[in-house]
Amino acid sequence: MNSAALPAVAVRLAGVSKSFGGVRALENVDFEALPGEIHALLGENGAGKSTILKILNGVHAPDAGGVEINGAPLGEYTPDAARRAGIGMIFQEMSLAPTLTVAQNIFLNHELKGKFGFIDDAAAARRSLELFATLGVEIDPLARVSDLSAGQRQLTEIAKAISRDVRVLILDEPTTALSSGEVENLFAILRRLKSNGVAIIYVSHRMDEIARIADRATILRDGRRVITAPMSELTLDKIIEHIIGRRSRGFSDVARKAAARGAPLLEAKGISGLRKPEEVDLTLYAGEVVGLAGLLGSGRSALARILFGVEPKRAGEIRIKGVPVAIDSPRDAIAHGLVLVPEDRLRQGLILEHSVEANASLAILDRLASWSFVSRARAIDAVDRQIVGLRIRAASRDAAVRTLSGGNQQKVVVAKWLNAEPDIFVLDEPTAGVDIGSKAEIVALVRALAQRGKAVFVISSELSELLTAADRILVMADGRIVSETARAEFDDPVPSDDVAEQLNHAERQLSAIIQRAYARN
Amino acid sequence: MPNANFLRSFSAPMRATSGGAAARRASFLTDWRQYVAYLGFALIFVFFSTTLFDKGFLDPNNLLNILRQTAMISIMSVGMTYVLAAGEIDLSIGMAAGLVSLVAAVTIDAYGSVAGVAAGIAVGALVGFANGVLTTRIGIPSFLTTLAMMGIARGAAMWMTQTKSVPILDDGFIWLFGGGNLGPVPILVLWTVVIAAVGHIVLRRTTFGRRVLATGGSEIAARYSGVDTRSIKMRVLIISSLTAAIAGMLYAGRLHSGRFQLGEGDELSVIAAAVLGGTSLFGGTGTVVGSIIGSLMIGVINNGLLLMGLEYSQQLIARGLIILIAVAISQSRRR
Repeated sequence: MNSAALPAVAVRLAGVSKSFGGVRALENVDFEALPGEIHALLGENGAGKSTILKILNGVHAPDAGGVEINGAPLGEYTPDAARRAGIGMIFQEMSLAPTLTVAQNIFLNHELKGKFGFIDDAAAARRSLELFATLGVEIDPLARVSDLSAGQRQLTEIAKAISRDVRVLILDEPTTALSSGEVENLFAILRRLKSNGVAIIYVSHRMDEIARIADRATILRDGRRVITAPMSELTLDKIIEHIIGRRSRGFSDVARKAAARGAPLLEAKGISGLRKPEEVDLTLYAGEVVGLAGLLGSGRSALARILFGVEPKRAGEIRIKGVPVAIDSPRDAIAHGLVLVPEDRLRQGLILEHSVEANASLAILDRLASWSFVSRARAIDAVDRQIVGLRIRAASRDAAVRTLSGGNQQKVVVAKWLNAEPDIFVLDEPTAGVDIGSKAEIVALVRALAQRGKAVFVISSELSELLTAADRILVMADGRIVSETARAEFDDPVPSDDVAEQLNHAERQLSAIIQRAYARN
Repeated sequence: MPNANFLRSFSAPMRATSGGAAARRASFLTDWRQYVAYLGFALIFVFFSTTLFDKGFLDPNNLLNILRQTAMISIMSVGMTYVLAAGEIDLSIGMAAGLVSLVAAVTIDAYGSVAGVAAGIAVGALVGFANGVLTTRIGIPSFLTTLAMMGIARGAAMWMTQTKSVPILDDGFIWLFGGGNLGPVPILVLWTVVIAAVGHIVLRRTTFGRRVLATGGSEIAARYSGVDTRSIKMRVLIISSLTAAIAGMLYAGRLHSGRFQLGEGDELSVIAAAVLGGTSLFGGTGTVVGSIIGSLMIGVINNGLLLMGLEYSQQLIARGLIILIAVAISQSRRR
């Protein structure tokens, strides 16, 4: 791969503008990615990142300006032309056919042909093995994609991209579904591709990852480029400042008032699921936020689903306000004042084609109705109160939630439950796929819920978020709670003046606990 | 909210205005597509009114006849709207209507009209209940459940009387179910209007209607929001069979007899009517008024093509093409 003379610039966008029906998505944007660099593309949802990706991927054509790939202007903007120019994209929502094998997916649409022009599956399997060998991973080319883990699927996507000899690899939120081991694996592969001269464009909301993997970053805001700089010149706070566009200290802005812990609202004893979790004891108090850390697959989400009655439990007892309760369905849970903001808001949290109003009123229809006739006035009133209170940005309450940004969609899920006035909130990865501005809003909202006397249970993979939100942090590994620590214990005994540095210190402490829990097994 | 100030300091500049205009435009477009049934209905009606003016298309008797002929399809399309909106399908309605016509006729002969109506309703409810149990408890897709039920209902109807039709002699039943008029208004039209009105109000205004739409929009999200989606699906399948039972008895009253062939093939006309009216085959949307318009549209097309003097074979082709075009427009989505 290295032998060919590398062009100076792998991707160049010069003065690119793009509008959608009068809305400016990109305005005179310049962007360059070099061969052999990992270039992070940062910005809030709606800042223009996905428009750039779609132009590179041939889905949209720019209104003005041009794109050069390896020095040659891109003549037409079609997915096929982009592919021929050497651009490969790893999709956020994976683009593999689950019923086909790994090898069949890798060579989908450019199948290897044998004699007589028939598809040669054996050759495809051999070539797949070679591709995986260059990536340094082991995946069975004959396995069905539906049987693979999220990480293995991602690697298959990458193998699919490099099977076409990509010179530019685009990754859009590639780690959302990966465990930390798989993330390490991915990063190792990206570094290897980079050393082979591939230009990598990396889009992610996870600042820690970007800090680790990226060489340079371009930050977009409102369709314009704000800055392009080497990562060594960008601090986390500076990045956030550029992304949000005004002075901000990220999570460190969220006030941490010592919460007055009230009565126990939920007591769970010996909760075991069909597979995970194992004998979990959990007590949630009014006015307190409890955080649950742990790697993907540790049983955190299963615990949330059991509490909410979506998944059956094998053993254990749940008491709410001291009374033993049977929760066999979400209906039971809601009736007992326990609600879940689920992990996958697009599938579990929202009806995408329905309006903000329909979604936000779905859980409280009975309350909005008399004689089972829903009062439109009461529904509008309840929904508008949440739109204002949560600052949901939508065209109107009648807009389909599909049209909202990730952060605003998540707020609609929260709005649905706020109207139900529950006592216990369980939030599973509430800020996944949400831009940094909305992340801080959601974390602040979690604090506000506790201040209003709710018991809040937050599951998150982002440690800085947990440390900002929670009063007490549990760590789960392999289905068991392995540690419980008050938030204050994570603080540096000799605190630094820099709030961000304090958070960093706490994050290292918590990360160490999680790593130790896994090292023990 | 105690955190309102904080949030204000944090949130990004409002972009809702510009994005809002685009969203409004998009929703106007999708809305426009939903109204294609109304537009298409008006167009076809005007077309036939002018071209068939001298053949008596606009004659009040002809128009009333169209209403009478489409009543059963219209009534069943109300039930189908619920089933489709909940993300399910019901193929058993046509055969269920035939079975109910026979059950009613046989029972009327033996025990009188009140018992006949009760038996007809009971059989309808039973078919819907069986569809519902198989679909929601055992987990067979409703497409297969109701496909099987379609065969069972037809077989039961044929077996009952060895395929013979059973005459109905009860004048009260014949008046109330099909034959009668209330002043100038055929009773069939009244049935249609009442069932459509109830169906429309329940779907638009009640908690049940909202939950039906939510279940079809996303079953998982509805369940996570506390909706008992199994019970919703059960109920829509029973509603659908009940409208089929009423349609079966209206057929019986109109033709003064119960026959197993009544309602044969209606399921496809009914689904076409609902889809023409903007109801999605994939759940989550649906309007009763649209389905009724869709049903009338099919009726007007049938009538107009007949008056134009087309042969039956030509009618079939023309009707198929018109329906295809209308459905293509009403179902096309923004890409």
